[in-house]
Amino acid sequence: MNSAVKELGELVGREYKEGFVTDIEADTLPPGLDESVIRFLSGKKSEPDFVLQWRLDAFRRWQAMEPPDWAHVKHAPIDFQAISYYSAPKRDEDRPKSLDEVDPKLLETYNKLGIPLEEQKALAGVAVDAVFDSVSVATTFKDKLAEAGVIFCPLSEAMANHPELVREYLGSVVPQSDNFYAALNSAVFTEGSFVYVPKGVRCPMELSTYFRINALNTGQFERTLIIADEGSYVSYLEGCTAPMRDENQLHAAVVELVAFKDAKIKYSTVQNWYPGDEEGRGGIYNFVTKRGACRGDNAKISWTQVETGSAITWKYPSVLLEGNHSTGEFYSVALTNNCQQADTGTKMVHIGEHTSSTIISKGISAGRGQNAYRGLVKVLKGAKQARNYSQCDSLLMGDRCGAHTFPYVEVKNPTATIEHEATTSKIGEDQLFYCRQRGLSEEDAVSMIVNGFCKEVFRELPMEFAVEAQKLLGISLEGAVG
Amino acid sequence: MLKISDLKVTVDGKAILNGLDLDVGPGEVHAIMGPNGSGKSTLANVIAGRDGYEVTSGSVAFMGNDLLSMAPENRAREGVFLAFQYPVEIPGVANIALLKEGLNAARRHRGEPELDALDFLKLVREKLRLVEMKEEFLYRSVNEGFSGGEKKRNEIFQMAVLEPRLAVLDETDSGLDIDALKIVAGGVNALRSEERSVILVTHYQRLLDYIVPDRVHVLAGGRIVRSGDKQLARDLEERGYGWIDSSAGAATA
Repeated sequence: MNSAVKELGELVGREYKEGFVTDIEADTLPPGLDESVIRFLSGKKSEPDFVLQWRLDAFRRWQAMEPPDWAHVKHAPIDFQAISYYSAPKRDEDRPKSLDEVDPKLLETYNKLGIPLEEQKALAGVAVDAVFDSVSVATTFKDKLAEAGVIFCPLSEAMANHPELVREYLGSVVPQSDNFYAALNSAVFTEGSFVYVPKGVRCPMELSTYFRINALNTGQFERTLIIADEGSYVSYLEGCTAPMRDENQLHAAVVELVAFKDAKIKYSTVQNWYPGDEEGRGGIYNFVTKRGACRGDNAKISWTQVETGSAITWKYPSVLLEGNHSTGEFYSVALTNNCQQADTGTKMVHIGEHTSSTIISKGISAGRGQNAYRGLVKVLKGAKQARNYSQCDSLLMGDRCGAHTFPYVEVKNPTATIEHEATTSKIGEDQLFYCRQRGLSEEDAVSMIVNGFCKEVFRELPMEFAVEAQKLLGISLEGAVG
Repeated sequence: MLKISDLKVTVDGKAILNGLDLDVGPGEVHAIMGPNGSGKSTLANVIAGRDGYEVTSGSVAFMGNDLLSMAPENRAREGVFLAFQYPVEIPGVANIALLKEGLNAARRHRGEPELDALDFLKLVREKLRLVEMKEEFLYRSVNEGFSGGEKKRNEIFQMAVLEPRLAVLDETDSGLDIDALKIVAGGVNALRSEERSVILVTHYQRLLDYIVPDRVHVLAGGRIVRSGDKQLARDLEERGYGWIDSSAGAATA
C-alpha cells in the first residue's frame, strides 16, 4: 500500500466515527524474536527501565530452555521466530474513553458471542477491561473502584503509576525461569490486568476481563497480577472467546495471585478460544501458567475454570499454601471434542501448618478429544496436619476419545490426610433414552446430563458466568452424539 | 388408541416377538402377563422407541399415526409414557429440572405455552401428593440414591405430571413391598380416565388386585397366546405359566 492510499484510508476512517467499515488496522511487528523486539515492546509502553531489564533477563533464560515434552498432547514444533510479538490498534492516542467510542465491530463480535458488553455493564455491575489485540480498549467503573481504593488497570498503566507494587510482586509467584512458556511470557508480555485490593477492603464488584485474539499469527502474551492485601476480598472473572481463524495461534499467559493474611481471591475462567475444525486444523495453543500464593495465615485462593476451547490446553492453576490455615481450591471442567487436547490440573503445595486444599476436576471427552488430568499434591515437612481432598471424574462420549488421570502425591509430613477419588463413566445410552422418553431432544438430553456431571464446579462460578458456561458446554458438544 | 398388528421384532438377530397383535382402546387398562423371556419388556421398549430392537415386520399405530417412524422424544411428546423397569440415575440433574424440560417440550410440541416456574411448581406439588412423596424429592438428582420403591414411585409421579395418553408400566410392581405397591396402584388408579390408556406389563397377578384391568393377555413365545378378563390372571396365578405353554398351540390355532 502506498502512502497516499494509506492516508486516504485513515481520513475515511476518521470521518466514519460512528462505525468503521473495515477491520481495525493492526500495527504489527514482523515475525521474529530477538533483544531488539523486546526493547521495542518495552519502549512502545514507555516502561520503567527495571521492567526492560527484567524482560531481557527472562529472554536470556528462555533462550537456554527447551519446550516441555511431558504433557499428554501432540503438536508440531512451534517456530517461535515465525510469530509476531506485537499487534495493536493503530492509533494509541485515539483509544476510546467509553463504550460509545469502542469500535462497533468489536461490540458486534461480543454480541455474537453472547457477551453483550453494554448489558454486562448495566445488569451485572461488572467493570470490564477488554483486551483487544494486546491493548486495552475499554475500562469502566474505575471511579467506583477508586473510591474503595481498589486499583484495577492495565498492567502497563500500573508500571507507570504504581511501579513500587509492580517491582515487588511481578514474578514473585511465577519466577521468570519457572517454565519455558512462563519465561517467554516474561520476555514478551504485552498486556494484562493489574489488581490491588488494600487492607480490609471487600472489592465492591466482580472484576472481569475479556481476552480475545484477532490478528492472524499474532501470539498473545498477557500477564495478570492480583494482590489482595490483609483481610481483603476480590473475585476476578476471566472470559476468553475468539473468532474463527484457520492458523494456529500461540497463547502463553501468566497469572500471578498474592493473598495475604485473611485475604481471599476467587479467580474464575471461562475459556472458549477457537478449538480448530473437526479435522484438527487451526485452533489456539493455550500454554498458560497460573499460580497463587497464600502468603499469610487464613488466606484463601480459589481457582474455577471451564475450559471448552483451544486446540491444546496446557494449564495448571496452582496454589502455594505458605500461611498456616491457608486454603487452596481448584474446580475445573475441561471439555475436549473433535481433535482437541487438554492436559490440565493443578498443584497444591502445602507449606504451612493446617493448610487444606480441595481439587474437583471434571473431564469430558467427545469425538477424538484427549483429556488428561494432571495434579500434584505436595506436603512439605513443616506442613503439619495438612489436608487434601481430590476428586477426578471423567465422562466419555463415544469410543474414539480418551481420558487420562495423572495424580501425583508427595507427602513429607506423616500427619497429612490425603483423599483421592476418581471415576470414569460413559454417557449411557440408558440415560439418553430415559431423558428422551420424557420428551427431551437428544441434544438437550446430552446437555442436561453433562451439566449435571459438572454441577459441583458450576456452583462455584458467579451466577452470570455459570449460565454462560452451561450454554457453552451445549454449543461445544453440538454434533457429539448420534 | 394403540393398534399393534403382526409385530415381529429381533434383538441381535434373535426373534423375540413373532407376530404380536394388540388393540388397546381409549380409557382401557390392559395387562400383559407372561413368563420371563416371553418378550414383555421388548414390547414395552419397542413402543417407547429404544434402540437395539429391530422391527422386521408389522405395524404400530398410535392415535392413527405410525408410531414406529417417530423418534423417542416425539413419541413422548405425543403422549406415550414408559415407566421403566429399571429407572436410570442421572447424577447432578434435579428431578424437577428433567420434568420441567420434558413437560415444556411436550407443550411446545402441542403448540401450548410453556409453564412458568410458579405454575409448574404448583402442578408438581399437587402430583406429589398422589404418590405420597415429599417435596425434597423434586430437588434430588434423578433417581440417584433412591431406594427401589422410591424409584418406582418417582416413575408414577413423572407419569402424573406428564399426563400421557398411553402409559406403559414395565414391571412397575417388581421389588415393591405391599405398602409401596398400594401407593403406586393408587397413583395409577387416580390417573385412569376416558382418554388415557394403560398397559401393565407384569409377571405377577398381585398388582392386578389393586389395578383392575379391562383385559388380560398372556404373552408366550413372542405372541399373545391367550386373552381374557381379570379372571384369566387369577387362573394363571393358580395354575402357573406351564398351563399356558402346554395349551399355547391350541389357543393360537
